[in-house]
Amino acid sequence: MQEFLSENILECQELVAGYELKAGFVRAVDGVSFSLRRGEFLGIAGESGCGKTTLAYAVMRLFRDNAKIRSGKILYSGKDIANASEEEVKNLRWEHISMVFQSAMNALNPVLPIGEQLTDAWLAHKHGDLREAKTRALEVLKLVDIPEDRYNAYPHQLSGGMKQRVMIAMALMLQPEIVIMDEPTTALDVVVQRTIIEKIQELRKELQFSVIFITHDLSLLVEISDQLAIMYAGKIVEYGPASEVFLSPCHPYTQGLMASFPTLSGPIARMGGIEGKPPDLIDPPPGCRFYPRCRNRHSGCDLSAPPLRQVKPGHYAACDGEYHG
Amino acid sequence: MPLATVNTMAEEILRLQGVSKHFPIRSFRRFGEVVHAMDDVSFSLGKAEVLALVGESGSGKTTTASVIAQLYPITSGLIRLADPQAPDGFRSVSGKLSRKALLGYRKRVQMIFQDPFGSLNPTHTIEHILSRPYVIHDKVVYRRGEERRKTALKEQLHQLLRSVGLEPPQQYLDKFPHELSGGQRQRVNIARTFSIEPEIVLADEPTSMLDVSIRMSIMNMMLAFQEQKQVSFLYITHDLAGARYMAQRIVVMYAGMIMEIGTSDEVVQRAVHPYTKLLRSAAPAPEEGLKRNRLITQGDIPSLIHPPAGCRFHPRCPYAMAECSRLIPPLKEVEGGHWIRCYL
Repeated sequence: MQEFLSENILECQELVAGYELKAGFVRAVDGVSFSLRRGEFLGIAGESGCGKTTLAYAVMRLFRDNAKIRSGKILYSGKDIANASEEEVKNLRWEHISMVFQSAMNALNPVLPIGEQLTDAWLAHKHGDLREAKTRALEVLKLVDIPEDRYNAYPHQLSGGMKQRVMIAMALMLQPEIVIMDEPTTALDVVVQRTIIEKIQELRKELQFSVIFITHDLSLLVEISDQLAIMYAGKIVEYGPASEVFLSPCHPYTQGLMASFPTLSGPIARMGGIEGKPPDLIDPPPGCRFYPRCRNRHSGCDLSAPPLRQVKPGHYAACDGEYHG
Repeated sequence: MPLATVNTMAEEILRLQGVSKHFPIRSFRRFGEVVHAMDDVSFSLGKAEVLALVGESGSGKTTTASVIAQLYPITSGLIRLADPQAPDGFRSVSGKLSRKALLGYRKRVQMIFQDPFGSLNPTHTIEHILSRPYVIHDKVVYRRGEERRKTALKEQLHQLLRSVGLEPPQQYLDKFPHELSGGQRQRVNIARTFSIEPEIVLADEPTSMLDVSIRMSIMNMMLAFQEQKQVSFLYITHDLAGARYMAQRIVVMYAGMIMEIGTSDEVVQRAVHPYTKLLRSAAPAPEEGLKRNRLITQGDIPSLIHPPAGCRFHPRCPYAMAECSRLIPPLKEVEGGHWIRCYL
């Protein structure tokens, strides 16, 4: 990942983050490194509990109570978010990096009209008075195809797809450079999901922001992202251009995930999926974390964890087994 | 009313004829208004067939399963279940059934629910949960004496748990639902469903709340049951690719009405109805490349209290014609066993 360092706008280095419990520290994100270029669409996929949401929250520094960043760096234009003061992070949040949360149903305040919620960040960052804020809010609502007369509507008066579009509008209020999207379409129907995805792609081209898109739906991610990172048990196990990872997945976990989605065309083959469940992250096994579920494991895999290695230019995988690429 | 069946299909086991379900609105000001959850739904299910019911939320697919499971009475139409003793081979089960008849019906028709967390009673152990069907439906192989009976039941439970891949079984019997993962809970649900060896299983999005990596194994397990025990499945899903994987035939529903019925490959590959085409083009299919032609439509699923006149899809349909907003198009056959509700 060293070769395009110069144009990176966000870089995460050996990040360790997680939750302090009585039983010990849950290493939900364990030594994750990735980089994001300007205008890039980075997809992060993995099953629940793999640390993908924790990673997103770490980048936004949205940690409270027992959630901690243990070590590592998150560099945004030279500044380390992981070790920045609360004041600095506050300036960064929404202004430079914003987020679309998982369920629009719960993320919007039900007792405030959406207009008031949209203008909130604008006013908090002292960009101007309420009149200017409203102008900007109407502008972003128009971007996501929501008619102006919905400005004073309450969340319950909007459909699920509209609420999610309001969330996207809110994330774009201050023209950030990076928008993190945490499962923005999971609760929506396929047709609505498709319109939201098309909208995001269109806006990204128009406004030139980068997207980190987090989901468990790998088949969707392959279609829409430039770069793809596959997470398992707190670690990135495979990383590379989306089409490359899709066509020749190297890590057995990626291969298993790919075999978990039936296809719409071609012959119907009986597919396997992955048996078993992810390991305990308080006391993870010493070797490869996928070892207990792996189909082509070797002796030795359970002793030392294989590092990410380059398989092809730009395509990395953390597996010592035979590469199929 | 044409009955959409594949001619080559084996014995029919369940038949719905023009079934409608309207829910009254319980509000004084809107007295007399109803939600048209299901309108004029007709299809048949063959023996050992997997029939998928596909549609967006609010399309009436769960209502369809619920009325077949006799959770609500239907408003009009007929639900008929194969019965060798009846004169024409079918017995109507659409009226109000007596308690005994309902018990007999449930012995043959069972349901798997969507939510593996909500469908197991948290205050009971797995042993208790799984032994209930045996007790209620009197399926315990009797031997003399209470002690013997208990051993017989336990043996059956062990076998049952093994059949859904929960091994070793004695490790699971004393557990409570909260001690199991989502996948394991759904396995317990499936075990409970198959404990009394039903002929028809109504599976309402059984994998939608599970992790992607274990969905496949649950789907394969249901297919194995279907093959070994010749069970008929009504498999409800919003995922067209999953429906194609599981089912021989697919029924596409929209706003309470059937839009298209046909064999899985016919419906997925050669969709005729614009709504099916829309679903097909919205579903992710990375194997087909990124430059696919997509259907663009506007709008949401219509209100089911005041459904649009004519075809329910016409406000969103890119090919809508004048007559589409006047009359509900009838189901018509485009090819053997492939039916659509469209004027095109």
